[in-house]
Amino acid sequence: MSAEIARELRTEGATHQVVAVSWRIRFVRSLGLIVALAGIAWAIAQPYRITLLDPFGQGFWWLLSEPPLYVVVVGLLFHLIVAPALAEDLER
Amino acid sequence: MTPPSEMVHWWFATGFLILGLLQLTEAVVGHEVWTLRAWRRYLWPGVLFTLGVLMWPVMTFFTNSTIHMLAHGSWAQVLMLAGAVELAVARGKLRSRYWRLWSSLALVISGAAFLVHEQHGWLFSRAAFLHHTLGWTLLVAAIFPLVQAFRPRSLTAAVGFASTFLVTAALLYCDRDTAAIFGHLSQYAGVPHR
Repeated sequence: MSAEIARELRTEGATHQVVAVSWRIRFVRSLGLIVALAGIAWAIAQPYRITLLDPFGQGFWWLLSEPPLYVVVVGLLFHLIVAPALAEDLER
Repeated sequence: MTPPSEMVHWWFATGFLILGLLQLTEAVVGHEVWTLRAWRRYLWPGVLFTLGVLMWPVMTFFTNSTIHMLAHGSWAQVLMLAGAVELAVARGKLRSRYWRLWSSLALVISGAAFLVHEQHGWLFSRAAFLHHTLGWTLLVAAIFPLVQAFRPRSLTAAVGFASTFLVTAALLYCDRDTAAIFGHLSQYAGVPHR
């Protein structure tokens, strides 16, 4: 048996593992931002869903309910709270 | 003083968006990496349980019909029970993988509640259409936690389960009290608004 072939296989396996991990890290780091961008895109497509843009004459509940901004906030919270620790764990 | 019901749908949509993101991320990174930190382990079941608790005020204040009250009450119960079971699994109090079957049952009960409490046809209004869609979506999606109970490492089942929450969130965000659906709006639905 050639030791060289065995070494090549091990290197190839390790490369696959590194690629898989780096793909997951990229996913974790970008997911929150993608969600936040989706919220911004929604806000641009349907600006009337954000009553803060025209707050006069709006009641309390209408000023509280800003669905596109909810999406942006969820995406940012994920990016700032969940993603960093998770990416760090993946890098170990 | 109570907010329009469409707003309650949007608030719960936000909760389901959080659930979907957490579940999707766990599916991608794997259960072992996800559970490396204790606080992360309790995140998803904690949010699920909280949504169940928050459903009780909805049941209390939105009593436009008995069937609505029963539907909201059943969602509150299954959300809390599913959350409690998953919390116990995360804590290590429950160890069998078959506890995931409760999530499947919760989806079946939730889907059935959607279909039973929507008294109008699909094209009566956008809200009616979304309730029918949500009901069937949850009923079909019950297959994912069912598969997970028997094949816990199935990536397809995990991503499918996560997608269920994301789709539910998108549908709930689309809800309006009175709006047309595909150009249809019953004359009995009321005056539409954006």
